[in-house]
Amino acid sequence: MIPELGHFALIVALLLALTQAILPLIGAQRGNLTLMAVARPAAQGQFIFVVIAFICLAYSFLVNDFSVENVARNSFSQLPEVYRFTATWGSHEGSLLLWVVILAFWTTAVSVFSRHLPDDMVARVLGVMGLISVGFLAFLLTTSNPFDRLLPAAADGRDMNPLLQDWGMIIHPPMLYMGYVGFAVAFAFAIAALLSGRLDAAWARWSRPWTTVAWAFLTLGIALGSWWAYRELGWGGWWFWDPTENASFMPWIAGTALIHSLAVTEKRGAFKAWTVLLALVAFSLSLLGTFLVRSGVLSSVHAFATDPARGAFILGFLVLVIGGSLVLYAWRAPKMLSGGGFTWFSREALLLGNNVILLAALGAVLLGTLYPLLIDALGMGKISVGPPYFNAVFVPLMAPALFLMGIGPLARWKEASLPDMVSRLKWALAISVATGILLPLTLDGFKPWATFGFAMAMWILLTVLIGFRERLKNGARWSSLTRSFWGMQLAHFGMAVGVAGITVVANYQVERDVRMNIGDHTELAGYTFTFRGTTEHQGPNYRAARGTVEVSKNGKMLYMLHPEKRIYNASGMPMTEAAVRPVLFDDIYVALGEPLDEEAKTWAVRVFHKPFINWLWIGALFMVIGGFLAASDRRYRIAVKATAPTGAATQGA
Amino acid sequence: MSWKPVSWFLCLALALAPAAWAAEAQSIGADPVIEQRMIKLSEELRCLVCQNESLAGSHAELAEDLREEIRVQMKAGKDDKEVINYLTTRYGDFVLYRPPFKPLTLLLWFGPALFLALGAGIWYFTLNKRRNLKETPIDEKQLAAAAHLLEDNK
Amino acid sequence: MKRWIPLILFLVLVGFFAKGLFLNPREVPSPFIGKSAPDFTLPVVGDANATFSPADMKGKVWVMNVWAPWCVSCRQEHGLLMALAQSQTTPIVGLNWKDKQREAEQLLAQQGSPYFAVPDDLSGKVGIDYGVTGTPETYVIDQAGIVRMKHVGPISPDIWKEKFEPKLKELGV
Repeated sequence: MIPELGHFALIVALLLALTQAILPLIGAQRGNLTLMAVARPAAQGQFIFVVIAFICLAYSFLVNDFSVENVARNSFSQLPEVYRFTATWGSHEGSLLLWVVILAFWTTAVSVFSRHLPDDMVARVLGVMGLISVGFLAFLLTTSNPFDRLLPAAADGRDMNPLLQDWGMIIHPPMLYMGYVGFAVAFAFAIAALLSGRLDAAWARWSRPWTTVAWAFLTLGIALGSWWAYRELGWGGWWFWDPTENASFMPWIAGTALIHSLAVTEKRGAFKAWTVLLALVAFSLSLLGTFLVRSGVLSSVHAFATDPARGAFILGFLVLVIGGSLVLYAWRAPKMLSGGGFTWFSREALLLGNNVILLAALGAVLLGTLYPLLIDALGMGKISVGPPYFNAVFVPLMAPALFLMGIGPLARWKEASLPDMVSRLKWALAISVATGILLPLTLDGFKPWATFGFAMAMWILLTVLIGFRERLKNGARWSSLTRSFWGMQLAHFGMAVGVAGITVVANYQVERDVRMNIGDHTELAGYTFTFRGTTEHQGPNYRAARGTVEVSKNGKMLYMLHPEKRIYNASGMPMTEAAVRPVLFDDIYVALGEPLDEEAKTWAVRVFHKPFINWLWIGALFMVIGGFLAASDRRYRIAVKATAPTGAATQGA
Repeated sequence: MSWKPVSWFLCLALALAPAAWAAEAQSIGADPVIEQRMIKLSEELRCLVCQNESLAGSHAELAEDLREEIRVQMKAGKDDKEVINYLTTRYGDFVLYRPPFKPLTLLLWFGPALFLALGAGIWYFTLNKRRNLKETPIDEKQLAAAAHLLEDNK
Repeated sequence: MKRWIPLILFLVLVGFFAKGLFLNPREVPSPFIGKSAPDFTLPVVGDANATFSPADMKGKVWVMNVWAPWCVSCRQEHGLLMALAQSQTTPIVGLNWKDKQREAEQLLAQQGSPYFAVPDDLSGKVGIDYGVTGTPETYVIDQAGIVRMKHVGPISPDIWKEKFEPKLKELGV
């Protein structure tokens, strides 16, 4: 009964989405207030019904209703309750439902926080988001129905992939989708601007907080995914440039370029056409990512479904949405140069530099991700493009961006003075270079990449501090600093922390792969690891060999770690549960390999020392906080609070 | 005849006994230098039976066999290039995560630099246009009218 | 004019994606096609004194089927292979891959053997030499010892008809 209710709710949602899409867009085109006013209630109604559908599916999982095919395929009666809940989005169908719920959430948010916007703009934005909802709901209902019944019902489920049975599963997909899907708002604003022909600084001001919040969520989602992979996969890595990872990273790069470009459009009215294009590109990359991980065209650890039939549907959808938006762009984007002039050394020029570099990096990631497909499609063989390629091209590309990050925020708009900038920054530059050169020498000897990383991190840190000092000069008070400014500083600071973390861990991590008998010990990075054997351990839905490793330093016992080798009951799948001891400055990471003898007294054990790795995610957290802070800046909150008495007057303009 | 040295020896023997059982753990590969080389190389190779994992990190049986084979080759004195050649002869370029530099991959390896160069060109071109942008001339009459309006609304 | 560039680039990509939907990114072509079958000498399952080597088959077109007793997919094609052993003349050699539990002899005795010979690749080294990544995989080798075709996965009657028969015919069988 409940699954059918959920199915029905999706159908109603589709009808509401159609209403939300078609009527307001027509209304906006014709200046018909009544039609335009349909947008808000239709959007909010759609949200209610997709949430009902979601609750129905979650309920089916929680009560172990194995007559629902999705539950039978992805859950298991012994699965702990919290994972039964997360299994709702643990499959292709379920995660699409999550996509739709989050899109409806963003749409509702826009419908609520848009009283200050002209009616036709609201109608268009909600209408475009409605069109996207229609596409996804149609896709769900026709090819990927999560409520399909399995008759006769299975006695028990096939269990959730053990890799997903981690609390990262609880939070990573929702946060990632909040970001990914959130770019639909920027996309819709861009389309609305192109349709109405009104592309001005006000549009940028309206668009910006939505974009920044989506970007912050995406940053959080990606960081969580990386952290989860690090803890869960047992090989000690945190980024593999896997196609699915790249599928989320590419919208992030585009989004970063977009929030910087929006700054120029909002403040100076320049780069309008370019910013609009970026807004279209960012969400297009989100959609592209959705296609890549569900169609089977690329091989990935993370791929949901490798189903060419579904892939064809998504590709068709892509052609309509992305193709349509790019046609609209070619036709309606401003042809004249917008905004005023600026010199080659000005904040605009530096932000343009930021965009150029980020787009080149984006191109590199896209090229590397798609190249195997390109070569195969042309019948020229099969190659692989992996981390060695991406690391080799991405890091050098980002280098100038990191350098500019120090200068941009300190440069004046329109015309800045280079000699002045040099004199302000010469000490920061000197200290950064010195840190870069000296720090590695005190540690392990000369390492060019470590030099570069340390120098950049120090550079960004110092320029952030200089930014504060200059703003607070001449008796200005701390309270005069806007949230916008704080957001920027924190985000850039987060970048510095992240770069420092990556530099240290990439250059100074050590690992050891040893065979350990009970009582054996090994040393790594000043720590001693003593293996105390394994015990049999019964989990809720798995059996495990639970190892005990004593970690000591200078003879003093510090703590015990318990890496596990689990076999899950339903699937028989083995899994390594690494034991990680996170500390601010270094992680100790121990993973059990295979038992090397019959009685499992000797084990292959992998031990890692990962210095500063947590700085990576702490840095990301600063970026996230910075993003939220910037989006809550006074000028946006005032705008939202203001009523819109001129709504009727501006329509039709 | 004193018991002291004997008892002293016994104590020592007893003290050392546990250490005799529990030893410094041996590296999985017999030779740590070869092991390091093997791990570094296999990080750049693809596990052929996994969806997308490196040969270094994979627990698959074929991956273990191949890692062992690499150890054997390295011990036999082969350098990295020869080991890579050994693998690509059998499995093709697909096994390499670092795409080889050949005509097929020229676009791949030069692409990023090309993008940057293209972008730099656009940057330069845009700046040229912007530098020469004349300020919109202020119409004196409009300026006066604006001042008037501001006065009225005070 | 340059406003149309993003759309054009996008459509080019779509073309590749459409083609990609028909391809399998995990299917790896064998680098041995057109090259000599790597040589080996292995003991034979069921006969302590005999050995097998590809050189033994020179002058004939033959098929090498890489299989294992623990391989579930191999059971799927076993029936077909038995029928083929009866119905056609191309010898099928069954390379016993990584049979650690030593089950091949008993399995073939129970279920029947379609194989002309069963070389025993216990360590898997010969498999590596042939670029084997799993079972079943089947090679077609010609009279001069050159590998002419490789098929990954179980052979169904359709696959035999559409892939193998034409190839064997081409080689003069």
